[in-house]
Amino acid sequence: MPGIYEVYETLKMIEKEHLDIRTVTMGISLLDCCDSDSSKACQKIYDKITKSAENLVKVAESTERKFGIPIVNKRISVTPISLVAASSETKDYTCFAKAMDQAAEITGIDFIGGFTSLVQKGFTKGDENLIASIPQAIASTRKVCSSVNVASTKAGINMDAVQRMGKTIKDLAYATKEENCFGCAKLVVFANVPDDNPFMAGAFHGIGEPETCINVGVSGPGAVKAALEKVKGEDFGTVAETIKKTAFKITRVGQLVAREVSSHLNTKFGIVDLSLAPTPVVGDSIARILEEMGLEKCGTHGSTAALALLNDAVKKGGVMASSYVGGLSGAFIPVSEDEGMVAAVSDGALSIDKLEAMTCVCSVGLDMIIIPGDVTAETISAIIADEAAIGMINNKTTAVRLIPAIGKKEGDMVEYGGLWGKAPVMKVNKYSSFEFIKRGGRIPAPINSLRN
Amino acid sequence: MEKAVVTVLGVDRVGIIADISAVMKKYHINILDIAQTIVQEMFTMMMMVDISQTNDSFDNVKEEFDKLSKVLNVQIKIQHMDIFQSMHRI
Repeated sequence: MPGIYEVYETLKMIEKEHLDIRTVTMGISLLDCCDSDSSKACQKIYDKITKSAENLVKVAESTERKFGIPIVNKRISVTPISLVAASSETKDYTCFAKAMDQAAEITGIDFIGGFTSLVQKGFTKGDENLIASIPQAIASTRKVCSSVNVASTKAGINMDAVQRMGKTIKDLAYATKEENCFGCAKLVVFANVPDDNPFMAGAFHGIGEPETCINVGVSGPGAVKAALEKVKGEDFGTVAETIKKTAFKITRVGQLVAREVSSHLNTKFGIVDLSLAPTPVVGDSIARILEEMGLEKCGTHGSTAALALLNDAVKKGGVMASSYVGGLSGAFIPVSEDEGMVAAVSDGALSIDKLEAMTCVCSVGLDMIIIPGDVTAETISAIIADEAAIGMINNKTTAVRLIPAIGKKEGDMVEYGGLWGKAPVMKVNKYSSFEFIKRGGRIPAPINSLRN
Repeated sequence: MEKAVVTVLGVDRVGIIADISAVMKKYHINILDIAQTIVQEMFTMMMMVDISQTNDSFDNVKEEFDKLSKVLNVQIKIQHMDIFQSMHRI
């Protein structure tokens, strides 16, 4: 039986240190929704999602009350739409996104992911259509998130896809110009994308997944920082040990919630994602954890080492706490969603180049970074290519979620509110990558021995 | 037996336990254990209770405690035991 101090510690983690469940995400297979008639296919998609997730929000809310732990978002991920829509005769896949959006609205969830294409080696007809539909589909829906996997360690980097995604991101920025180009926050480009990620914008229900399942993502940067405050000045062994213990506790809550929700929905428990996901609230920041380790500002020399330690210790603590771990599992370093990152950028301590280095040792990648609106599509493609190369060579997931803010220049502040936060427009290298991106084709898969 | 933990945080005063116990009695909740201490100058009380015989839903009991919380001006929470058990025990 837990003692009074342990009970008090749990309450403090939830109330003062912002420990919560970031998301309960229900994965739903749509493989049985294909139809040559796109309107029939859309109807099947709508019916399948609304039926499968009918009680998702209700069950998640009662779980919140039962354990007294907030579940911030309820989400759905579906089979990549490029696979489901490929049998339909239409070329414009916006109608599929709209069906997803309507289903999301009816079920009362926050976001739905899976307007997705996996093109690491090449495009099918469905992939071509889906990618061409992204700007219109995302601009005309509210809750739909989109992702495209352009590289993997086994297949290499599809540079044609990288080229196309640079342009797609720009097109989407223009299509949602009135909302500060917010559409781009709902589109992420991956290398080595996981099949069971519960986090947006990259969640989709992979083809090896069951009919339906529940994946859970936790959030606890505040709890980790508070734990580190108690070991000020101690050596790194103690720091790692403290993070492991805290990560264990955080993940156990995720596991408990995942089991509870999946048993009430009579569906499979998929995985707990061990990621430490920050929010823009003060006291819920990854950057502040790195600073607690002794860095004056996140982004200064030592940040990559600090993040490497954090990321590894979170995994070590988390793995023992849950029977099934998956998804992205690592610390997230989004800029706009992390109050400490925003401060570091504003103070000139953190640059895109440093963020790129930091993505080598954590999940996921260059995330929620706002860049000037006049950055060319080729430069965006080149940023994607760099990030994909890090993922491909290092056998890890990497991703890019950039927002070219049309009409904004370096230093301007762009605000989205809620979990999305706000951030200053960051500096991008001014020299051209045009000829590099123009080449197209594929960067071959890397050798997996002789590793140096 | 299905266990829950009731926690009370706030400024100490006469009758807190009596008022909380009255709610327990109303809903057929059996008190198994009580512990109290001062943590960071805050009165902290924890009750371990059995909710398996309760005559109403968990949500309604919770709502009743929310109301009482406002009246007594202390924080009262009821949470299922599993969250503490899973966090602090392997």
